[in-house]
Amino acid sequence: MAILDILVYPDPRLAQISSPVESFDDELLSFVFNLEETMRAGPPSVGIAAPQAGHFERIIIVDVSSKPKTPNHGKLTLINPKILYKQGSMIGREGCLSVPEYTGNVSRAEKITLQALNSEGRILNYAMEGFEARAVQHEIDHLDGLLFLDRLVSRRSSLFLRKIYK
Amino acid sequence: MSNWYMLTVVGRDRPGIVSQVTLALYKGGGNLGEASMVRLGGNFSIMLMVHYEGTAELLEKLVSPVGDELHLHIHIDSIKGELHQRLEPDVRISIYGADRAGIVAETTGVLVEAGLNILNLESDVGGSPTNPIYIMEIDGAARNGIDSIKVALDCVAKEKNIKICVTPINMFLG
Repeated sequence: MAILDILVYPDPRLAQISSPVESFDDELLSFVFNLEETMRAGPPSVGIAAPQAGHFERIIIVDVSSKPKTPNHGKLTLINPKILYKQGSMIGREGCLSVPEYTGNVSRAEKITLQALNSEGRILNYAMEGFEARAVQHEIDHLDGLLFLDRLVSRRSSLFLRKIYK
Repeated sequence: MSNWYMLTVVGRDRPGIVSQVTLALYKGGGNLGEASMVRLGGNFSIMLMVHYEGTAELLEKLVSPVGDELHLHIHIDSIKGELHQRLEPDVRISIYGADRAGIVAETTGVLVEAGLNILNLESDVGGSPTNPIYIMEIDGAARNGIDSIKVALDCVAKEKNIKICVTPINMFLG
């Protein structure tokens, strides 16, 4: 077990595009274990991407199960994730382990369908929405060298999903 | 002594205000912090944190030529530069209704009683000149939870015939 160092902006490595995982071996399992340990050891977060730990393969972990009343699939280890379909858009507030002390509003697809591999190389398919879908999109962005800072929308934006209380 | 100042600039809007004010500060050794700059009803307003090694009087001398040229009112206060101590909003409140005096006072009075700390408030007057609409967006931290905000605003919305939407801000760290 090891807690990995998190790269922090403006570290240029955060802009690097990660490569697909090709070997589903013990080394991968060991890295995934350490990546999750790193996520759990830091400030409460809903996900982490391998490049945040300086490892440039397409691996993310997402777990929004601690958020009450939020539909979710539990803890997910997603290897080579691909978003196959996006629907709708919603603006939500995001922060990032790699961008301390700042949060901002970001527009994301409201619903996604996702295909990925698990740590053994087996194909997984998910339909996600809301908070979990946002978290997955945030983490996949890291694999493509993007931060939420690249997707900020104005604080003045009024596109929050709304519920009217009368 | 703090070397942070809050520079307040107000004047009739015209192109070049931001660039000329900030260029004068930059050339004079100022370093900018957080800022809010917005056009309000044909005027341009700036609230700008400036880190500057000199006195407020010297800082004023830096920017007064630009102020004179662009007909801007400039005010400077010495402040504590508390960067990196961000308070995160957990609720957004959107309010709109036919424009009349008192909407802000009535709603924010209820909100403070319900435990809301307002972190950001922006408002616009839309609609037509004969039927203006007041629209306000508030981001805040609800010390007593969002439910107390909803309950408090429910009464105001009915009494004052305004629409109020309360949306949790589900921030995540990833």
